[in-house]
Amino acid sequence: MSEQKAGGEPAVSTPESGSSKIETPDGGAGRLREVFRSDHPAVLTILAIVAAVVIGSILIIASDQATRTAASYFTAAPMDTFSAAWHAVSGAYVAIFEGSILNPSSLSSGDTATIFGPISETIVSATPLIFAGLSVTLAFRAGLFNIGAQGQILLAAIFAGYVGFSWHLPVVLHVIVAVLAGILGGALWAGLAGVLKAKTGAHEVITTIMLNYVALGLIQYLLGVHGFQAKPYNQAISPPVDHNALYPHLFGSALRANVAFLVAIAATVAVAWLLGRSTFGFRLRTVGANQDAARTAGISISRVYIVVMLIVGALAGLAGSAQVLGTSPQVTSDIDAGFGFDAITVSLLGRGSPIGTFWAGMLFGALRAGSVQLLASTNTPSDLVQVLQALIVLFIAAPGLVRLIFRLRRGAGGQTAVVAKGWNG
Amino acid sequence: MSAPTTDEELVVHHKVVQVGPSRARQTAVAIALIVIGLFVAIVLASTGTHPNAKFGFDAGGARVHVPTLSLPEAPFCIVVGALIVLAGIYHLVRGFTPAAMRWVGSAVGVLFLLAFLAWAGTGGRTVQFTSLLQQGLFLAAPLILGAMGGILCERSGVINVAIEGQMLAGAFAGALLGTVAGLFAGIVAAIVVGGLLGLLLAVFAIRFLVNQVILGVVLNVLALGLTGYLFDAIMANNSNGTDNPGFFGPAKVPLLGDIPVIGPVVFDQNYIIYAMYVIVIVIDVALIRTRWGLRTRAVGEHPQAADTVGINVLRLRYQNVVLGGCVAGLAGALLTIGSVGAFTKNISSGQGFIALAAVIFGRWTPRGALGAALLFGFAGALQSVLSFLNPPLQINSNLLGMLPYVVTIFAVAGLVGRVRAPAADGEPYVKGSA
Repeated sequence: MSEQKAGGEPAVSTPESGSSKIETPDGGAGRLREVFRSDHPAVLTILAIVAAVVIGSILIIASDQATRTAASYFTAAPMDTFSAAWHAVSGAYVAIFEGSILNPSSLSSGDTATIFGPISETIVSATPLIFAGLSVTLAFRAGLFNIGAQGQILLAAIFAGYVGFSWHLPVVLHVIVAVLAGILGGALWAGLAGVLKAKTGAHEVITTIMLNYVALGLIQYLLGVHGFQAKPYNQAISPPVDHNALYPHLFGSALRANVAFLVAIAATVAVAWLLGRSTFGFRLRTVGANQDAARTAGISISRVYIVVMLIVGALAGLAGSAQVLGTSPQVTSDIDAGFGFDAITVSLLGRGSPIGTFWAGMLFGALRAGSVQLLASTNTPSDLVQVLQALIVLFIAAPGLVRLIFRLRRGAGGQTAVVAKGWNG
Repeated sequence: MSAPTTDEELVVHHKVVQVGPSRARQTAVAIALIVIGLFVAIVLASTGTHPNAKFGFDAGGARVHVPTLSLPEAPFCIVVGALIVLAGIYHLVRGFTPAAMRWVGSAVGVLFLLAFLAWAGTGGRTVQFTSLLQQGLFLAAPLILGAMGGILCERSGVINVAIEGQMLAGAFAGALLGTVAGLFAGIVAAIVVGGLLGLLLAVFAIRFLVNQVILGVVLNVLALGLTGYLFDAIMANNSNGTDNPGFFGPAKVPLLGDIPVIGPVVFDQNYIIYAMYVIVIVIDVALIRTRWGLRTRAVGEHPQAADTVGINVLRLRYQNVVLGGCVAGLAGALLTIGSVGAFTKNISSGQGFIALAAVIFGRWTPRGALGAALLFGFAGALQSVLSFLNPPLQINSNLLGMLPYVVTIFAVAGLVGRVRAPAADGEPYVKGSA
């Protein structure tokens, strides 16, 4: 590392990268090239996805049995290896596409449920990711790191699930009360970490991780208690949630997509407003950007921490409600389905912006939905999707690396907006 | 987010660290102690089923027989409870210093545990005390090694949230290479793969200045995805050929292994755990007493100053982060070839995060982290021992399983309070930027 420019990013000074390589723009085509060679965030995001897909392809080829067999007689028939590799890679990515967006072979059937099934599955997976992603994003912007979305989702599932299966209320009312109960559960759990942080300085990374395990123990305990466990008490599962407490389906009963997705859109808008337009959002961002400045400006940091964590938990609570009142309407100890941790990657891909988090949630939701098809129709393990997610976020988080790989010119863009500090922050 | 000082400033600003607990916290802690003491002296003392609790000290393979101790439960609990209450009253009136409080806290924890065991042992079955400790150390070992990996990174100023991923990758590599090339090759592979993940962490944190907490989380997802993918691709349908490494059984040290109680607990474990003793001692000594240790601490606290006196900050950080990854990888080896002898998806199941908690709980010191990791290990062992006993009141094992986490929350909030990490932990260092 040789020198440092303003903005806290390293100057890339290896001989093969520098700006000297970039041709002078001439005319319209040149300007277009200019855009693509700049490091506009959108360009960086796309390139990060490209790089992740390429590495994913290498992984698929390396683990594909047919390709390895063909490679053993590579010198005799080299094309066999390439065709087997192409078959494995294209098969995997086509399966992900067909499982998440559209399966062309379903078009001829004319059955709308089959045609829109993949999109519906994407929405189903994206909804909790968006909620939990927004939760992590909001915490990030206040300089807090919410690793506890998992526990908050579990608590929400306990609360919303209990209201859902043990109370019996009229149609519209029941689902609203159940969702509110879920929000309360999540807010309670995250608020606990917020209060501890504000009052005692206990680091939220530790308390939220610990609260995840406590929530897991709690839900496992409850699933063995009469009144919460379903009869005949031989499985760790709760009774099914009342029909009245379920989120209504969006596109008819054949497709699983439900109203929770609309709530997720509303939550995105609400968080965007809160962060960008409200007084509290201003305070929150100030605390996140510079605690000392915030304190000097008379902002009560501890109050901001507590309120932020309550909202953060409420958002994660919505994710838990979406699970238990929609996708899997019975409480189990794995009802969080890993959304709590995926939410962190979603939030990072969204670069700390609510709208960005929404689209990141949609993308990772699509990957999740696609992984089911990947498992069903190819030999490629479905964990590929998780590797892709990690790689995408890794490249997003290191714009310097993407610039180096694709020899981009450095500009003003490409800075991650996420603020999260070290232990002392 | 860079350090607040600039080239022109001659005065170094130190953040004022909160010294000593506030009055309100002191009162709260004191009252908590008194309540715990009263609970022990009244509830535990009066609810035992038999007057005596039997403690057994023999573990398999011990040559020296230790007679079973028959402890009168009620008087023992009353004495222990009284001691805890006295500590609480002293804290309320005079107050322990934070340093003393850590010892008092540990002592109260141990006393409470003994009283609890005596209570649980009144059900007629013998509390196998030695095997409880043996099992506890065994369960704590991956956490201890993981925490040491974390300390190596963090003392030189790089946050390591990726312990979990490094352990998982080490566990996978250990199982795979252990099957293909033998157990010792498995250990080497686990160390190398952990180190590679450490290198990845170092490159992204030091070269590309990625936020280190974020980086750690992402590397964990990457390790989880990669090991899961490779497990399905290589191991799942050919487990005999790729996921059947066997495991290191306990190897008793001659003579030392025959010491009553201590022998079976400390000197009848497997090779990786013996390596762990060495690693813990070396890190503890080296961090304080060697040139490397001084430089590491300097780089973690004030890299500008370290650079000024000619220490190569970035090289030292690279070294230590890779080394930390190696140690965490070895921790992962314990999960497969050190215990069950097979890899399964997500076998580390959050133990790396517990190790991270142990680092912070232990205030970034090897001894502190060791103590915290032992707490988690013994709590796990207690859970399994209790299911064999016949305590007066059967405690749900899920609720009991929550105990170490709740204790950690209380400890971080109450006893430890605002912990202070190495000052430059998480701050990337760029020469000349200051």
